Amino acid sequence: MFARTSALVFSPQCGQVRNMATLKDITIRLKSIKNIQKITKSMKMVAAAKYARAERQLKPARVYGNSAVALYEKADIKAPEDKAGKHLIIGVTSDRGLCGAIHSGVAKTIKSEIANLTGAGKEVMVINVGDKLRGLLHRTHGKHIMLNCKEVGRKPPSFGDASIVATELLNSGYEFDQGSVIFNRFRSVISYKTDQKPLFSTDVVSNSENMGIYDDIDADVLRNYQEFALVNIIYLALRESSTSEQSARMTAMDSASKNASEMIDKLTLTFNRTRQAVITKELIEIISGAAAL
Amino acid sequence: WSPDMMAARFLRRALPALRQARSYAEAASGAPQMSFTFASPTQVFFKEASVKQVDVPTLTGAFGILPAHVPTLQVLRPGVVTVFSDDGSSAKYFVSSGSVTVNADSSVQLLAEEAVPLDQLDIAAAKANLEKAQSELAGTSDEATRAEVQISIEANEAIVKALE
Repeated sequence: MFARTSALVFSPQCGQVRNMATLKDITIRLKSIKNIQKITKSMKMVAAAKYARAERQLKPARVYGNSAVALYEKADIKAPEDKAGKHLIIGVTSDRGLCGAIHSGVAKTIKSEIANLTGAGKEVMVINVGDKLRGLLHRTHGKHIMLNCKEVGRKPPSFGDASIVATELLNSGYEFDQGSVIFNRFRSVISYKTDQKPLFSTDVVSNSENMGIYDDIDADVLRNYQEFALVNIIYLALRESSTSEQSARMTAMDSASKNASEMIDKLTLTFNRTRQAVITKELIEIISGAAAL
Repeated sequence: WSPDMMAARFLRRALPALRQARSYAEAASGAPQMSFTFASPTQVFFKEASVKQVDVPTLTGAFGILPAHVPTLQVLRPGVVTVFSDDGSSAKYFVSSGSVTVNADSSVQLLAEEAVPLDQLDIAAAKANLEKAQSELAGTSDEATRAEVQISIEANEAIVKALE
């Protein structure tokens, strides 16, 4: 990022001898880097505040979301391997950048999943929650994209947001057999990990072997239950993703500010040396002029 | 390594003359504790707690869940959830909707879309909302809005019933 800035102020003249930087050039560059440092510092503060709130809200959301997938884990539900089924991938990131490798991590996982699944002959469709993901995927995997969600990440995610995504998915009529939600799971302030949670269709769940132990379930009740579980999983992914994103932005802006301080120090030293060189030159001119008299 | 085994061992040592030592039978196994988790998207009420009984209102009727209940999945309707804890006290919450899962290992996950303790609800406001919703029902003809208004009526009726 800073290399690009330097190209704006200091266009290197190829094929010519580069002139010694004048005081004016260094001053301009110093001023611009100081501004950048102010901006990155304030972005870090904002991200830190948002992160604190997101982490607080993540705790109950985690209990809630993990309970929602408890059924799939305890009943050990798996989709039948051999059937050429329809897959669904929901990728959860956000609209804004400057947060490190958040978006590219999810995009990389999605791309490798698509490659695996199409290699095995299955049909895959992707839902992008977040504009950045759309930008990363639409050029190469545009034909797999089913739905795009914008305006994600501006405010903390709510249950209503998750239910909007789920409603659009159910209304789209794509009858998937199984799928996964890919998001960044929050581990600590400095670390997050790209993770997946499984999704199953009502058919797969009701035909799964361990479901027999569950007493007397209506098809209707099971469908309602599945839809609710879908929203819950998306909600958990949104919350985890938002917390990871704010913590990653905090770290990214912090290191950007540190880099900027370093550059300011170096430039200040160069500035002082240049200033002393200019003074010495003027003195020499004066003295040799006086000596000539 | 249960205490009963150790008791038996002491008994054998204490009375060496007695060939056969008596020991208490083990408590009836297989009455596992219920691990009860009750949460809404923004708040956790119980997390893997051990409680005696939980009464839930579902679409197919209200029923109580005790430890070692048969595994089931149910969808909630607006109503009151009562949690009876081990010491006999009970706590009531109003839930708007959600799901309840009882697993084979006696763990219960009660996930409510919105849940509040009953004492935080105001009966006057609930009655006012109910009347407003009922008058709206008479006015609308669009399917989707009718469904929404009917949901609102059902929820408000349940609140009023719970608070009376």
